[in-house]
Order: sequence, then structure tokens, then C-alpha cells
Amino acid sequence: MEVDIRLPIGFMFTLLGLLLLIFGLTTVADPELYQRSLEINVNIWSGTLMLVFGGLMLLFGLRAKRSKNNIT
Amino acid sequence: MDTAFTLGWVDYVIMVVYFVFVLGIGYALKRYMKSSADFLTGGKSIPAWITGLAFISTNLGALEVMGMAASGAKYGMITTHFYWIGAIPAMIFLGLFMMPFYYGSKARSVPEYLKLRFDEKTRGFNAVSFAIMTIFASGISMYALAMLMETLLGWNFTLSIFISALIVLIYTYLGGLKSAIYNEVLQFFLIVIGFLPLVFLGLISIGGWEGLTKQLAEVATNQGYAPGAYTETWKPVASAADNPMGVEWFGLIMGLGFVLSFGYWCTNFLVVQRAMAAGSMSAARKTPLIGALPKMFIPFLVIVPGMIAMALTSDPDSGFALPVKGGSYDYDKVIPMMLGYYFPTGVLGLGLTALMASFMSGMAGNVTAFNTVWTYDIYQSYISPNRSDKHYLWMGQMATVFGILVSIGAAFMAKLFNNVMDFLQLIFAFINAPLFATFLLGMFWRRTTGHGAFFGLLSGTAAAAIHHGLTQPVGATSLIKGGWLGTAIHTYPSEMAQNFWTAIFAFCTCLVITIIISLLTKQNKTKEELTGLVYSLTPRIRDENRNWYQRPQFLAVIVAIITVILSIIFW
Repeated sequence: MEVDIRLPIGFMFTLLGLLLLIFGLTTVADPELYQRSLEINVNIWSGTLMLVFGGLMLLFGLRAKRSKNNIT
Repeated sequence: MDTAFTLGWVDYVIMVVYFVFVLGIGYALKRYMKSSADFLTGGKSIPAWITGLAFISTNLGALEVMGMAASGAKYGMITTHFYWIGAIPAMIFLGLFMMPFYYGSKARSVPEYLKLRFDEKTRGFNAVSFAIMTIFASGISMYALAMLMETLLGWNFTLSIFISALIVLIYTYLGGLKSAIYNEVLQFFLIVIGFLPLVFLGLISIGGWEGLTKQLAEVATNQGYAPGAYTETWKPVASAADNPMGVEWFGLIMGLGFVLSFGYWCTNFLVVQRAMAAGSMSAARKTPLIGALPKMFIPFLVIVPGMIAMALTSDPDSGFALPVKGGSYDYDKVIPMMLGYYFPTGVLGLGLTALMASFMSGMAGNVTAFNTVWTYDIYQSYISPNRSDKHYLWMGQMATVFGILVSIGAAFMAKLFNNVMDFLQLIFAFINAPLFATFLLGMFWRRTTGHGAFFGLLSGTAAAAIHHGLTQPVGATSLIKGGWLGTAIHTYPSEMAQNFWTAIFAFCTCLVITIIISLLTKQNKTKEELTGLVYSLTPRIRDENRNWYQRPQFLAVIVAIITVILSIIFW
């Protein structure tokens, strides 16, 4: 496979995850914003989830790439 | 909804990042598009987990997401029948029994299989109707996306149409089917991660599954149903009067679970194309089976939010109520309403991006299926055969541009004449209803002839139209709902029940007529020509050299067991 889709997926979710996580952390002191989400800071939760998922995708993608490079 | 969403800068950044990646994937694949096969069939090189996710993701377009959430609100948990009985058995059948013929025949499309197995006219009928259908489906997706953006964000309708068309055009033109498939996988994860918070927040606010059951029991008893009518799956379908969908178990299993479901998942090139793009026979067979694993759990992502919306609406203290349109709830607004109700800036941008992504992948899926059928089954077969492969690659790219231009026209037509779209969808439903009978006979009875298949299909389509014309659902107000052949001789408890029975009639007619005409006509295909296309003339696939847990059969058993367990839990 010429383009390993895990790398762009991993990269995108890591990026978006970081963005949401940082935005969530900077808005911790803004209870009005999270009133609708039942006082739960969903940006932190979603951001963390995306960061973990993106990181795993990157990990698997990069590992596959490295083992392929070692063979050739 | 009256109040538009207000988006923050984060929301826009999320959208922009997503679209940069979508276009980037198309751009990265551009240099591998050297032949028409690379562009139109993905070069048959994609691993099974990717084609498997793309297989269900093509179907997980935004219309499906919003429609299933709407059904969840309207009918409750029995909507899961569209997944557990209406998709999984057909996906297992496709993987185990039909993929060997599609993939092994070396056909590049479903219509081409019909040409190899039957004859030119059967292929022509299927190719032309499919090509028109995909273009309109893509146009409807575009129209719905632009409408939603107009009401939610106040974006200009025409501008939304052209921007979404341009994005889809760029990534499908650059990377062909492979780009569409890769982006479908990206979109799949985005939908799951974007909608998960909605399900969690909804369940938390309503007191979990228990709270939801309690609230919906009230809704059900108020309408005269048993308390579990909205939260159980099989008990309410004992008779059509017991559930809001108005369907009974036989029509449900035969109509939805057998005819409609197998007709869609096993013969629709839109989804089958994903499996045909897999890198090997084993990967192709595993494609629908791998897709079935997440497919079983999608109801929790799209139907449960609809049920929560209904429960919240029935509770006057919740502060949430579905808008009313023409005397009943406007169920199609469930997803956008829920996003606006629970999501603060940040995840709101994520949810909206997921929704846009699924609209666009719905368009891209149709466009990539269209350009293959157009190039191979119409252009190469009837208009300009024996040209160089370079020429067909060029034609495939032109078909992509042309297909999107016509879709734009269809989108504007949908805005101007809403009824035209309903009418077209009805016609396509008639054409699709009998298809599975043709494939079933073609693959498993070698005596089936080309004439038999063609006239069986025509009469099946006619039977669907006649049945629809002679019956009507309760409370039908327009002829598009049926009864256009004079007075209705039967009235169904619901439109859904009528659809299921239309399909059953079409299937049976096609089956019987195909058998009769096949017996009366001569088989024009030789034994050699049919090898690899028909069950009895195809050598069994030997996978003894594989470990038992690597075989498609093992995966199929797992899928079946989990589906049964889910059905029992929500019995």
C-alpha cells in the first residue's frame, strides 16, 4: 500500500485532540459555556479521547512503516 | 429551528483542519492514478479493515444518520431492525456466498457481472438505472447539506452547494475510488468520536437507559401501546397494532430482513464496489463481515439520540422540544437540535464537521460508483469500445466532473420541486425491489438465462409499481404514497408496511417469471463462460491452509452470535 491511511488519520486526530484539549483547559473557568453540557467540560474529555485515538493510529502506522523500511 | 447556532473560532478551525486533510489525502494519492483501474477500482490493493469500514461508512451518510435518528424518535428501539435484521444477515451472506462470484469473476462492476452471467440488455438496464440513481442520490445529499447549513448557520444555500461540490470534486478527481474510500474511513471515525459525547450527555441527563425506558413507557402508554413499545425490538412487532411503525413480524422479516436488505447490501454497486476494491479474495470476503462488527453498534450512536430527543420532548420540564411542522413533530431535526442543545463551542464544531463529512462522503460514494459504471458499462460498452486505457482513465475523470455538475443540477431541482425527488425515489425503489431475485437465481441456478433475467427484472419492477398503485397506507393524502391506480384494494397500517410488502411482491414476481422464462428459453452461455459465475460450476475456495480463526466463516459466526445476543438483550 503506497499511502498508509493510519498516518493521516492519526495525525488529524492528534491535532484536533490537542486543539480541543487546550481549548477545554483554557475554558475551565467558564461555567456558563458548559451549562448546556450538564457542567461537564466535554472539550477536555473529547480532546483526550481523540488524542489517545490519534496517538494509537500514529503508533501503529509508524511501526508498520519502520518494519517495512527494515526489510527493504 | 428558529435560533441559529453561534460558532466560535475553535469550531471553524476544526472544520478547516478536516477539509485540509480531506483534500490532502486526495492530493497524496494523485501520483498513483496511472490507469483506469487505479482510478475506478482502486487498483484492487486495499486491506480488508479499510474496505470494511468504508463499506459501512458509504451507507452512513448524513441522510442515513439524520433519518435513523428521526426514526428513533418516531418509532423508538424497533428502528434497530434496520441494522440487526435489515443489514447483518445480508452482509454475512454477501461475504460468505456472493463475494466469491463478484470478486472471482474479474468483473469491474455489478452491471458487468450481469453482462458476464446473463446478457447485454440485463447489464444495460441495470447500468443505466444505477447511473441515474447515483447522480440523483448525490444531488439530494448536496441539497440536504446546503439546506441544513442555511438553517443552522445562516450560510448561503447556493454558496454551500458550490463549496461542497468543489471539495468532493477535488478529492475524487485527484484520487479516484481510493481517495473516496480513505476519506470514508476518516469520516467513519469522525462520526463515531463526534457523536459519542451526544449519546453520553443525553443518557446522563435522562438518568441512563433506565430513565429513558421509564420516560418512553409513559409516551407509549399515552398512545395506547404497551409500555415497552419504544424500548423493545421484537415484542412490539407481534402485530402491527402494537407498535408505532405499524409493521408485523412477517412483513418485517421477509420484506425488510430478506428482500430489501439483501437487495441493497448484496446487489447495490455503491457498497459492493468497496468490497471489490479489496486486495485479495479473502480480504474481499471479509470486507462486509468486518463492516458488520461496528455496524451492529451504530444504532446506539444514531437511534438512541433520537429516542432521548423524544423522551425530552415528552417531559415539559426538560426545556427541550422537537419543533412542530404541519401538525406533527419535525423528526428530521433531531440531530441538529440535539447538537445545539448539548454541545458547547468546541465539540459543537466537531459534531457539525462530522455531519458535513458524512454528507460529503455520501456524495463522493455515489460519484465514484457513477464514474465506474459510466466509464466501463456505458461508455466502453456502447459508445466507444477498444480505446486505449489512457483514454478510459481520462473518461473516468471527465465522468467525475460531469457527474458532480449534474448532481448540482439535481440539488437545485430538489429545492424547486420537492415532489420530483419523491417521485424519482419511488421509481428507483420499484427498479431495486426485484434485483436480489435475479442475482440469487443467477448465482445459484445455472439454468437461468439472459432472457429470463431481463424479463424477470422488468416484470418485478412492474409488479412493484402495480402493488404500490393498488394499495395505500392509512391516511394517504397524495398519490405518491400509493393508490394511483384507482381505488386502493388494500390499506396498510403504515407506509413502512406498504414498502415492505411492495418489495415482497416484486421479489416473488421476479423469481417466478425468471424461472418460467428461463425454462422456456435456451441457455446461450457455455459451461466455460459460466465457470466462476455460478455456484455449481465454480471450484470451492480452499482455505484449509489458513488457521480456522483467519477464515471468513469464523468471523461470520462471531458477527451472528453478537447480533443474536444484542437482539435478546433488547428483546
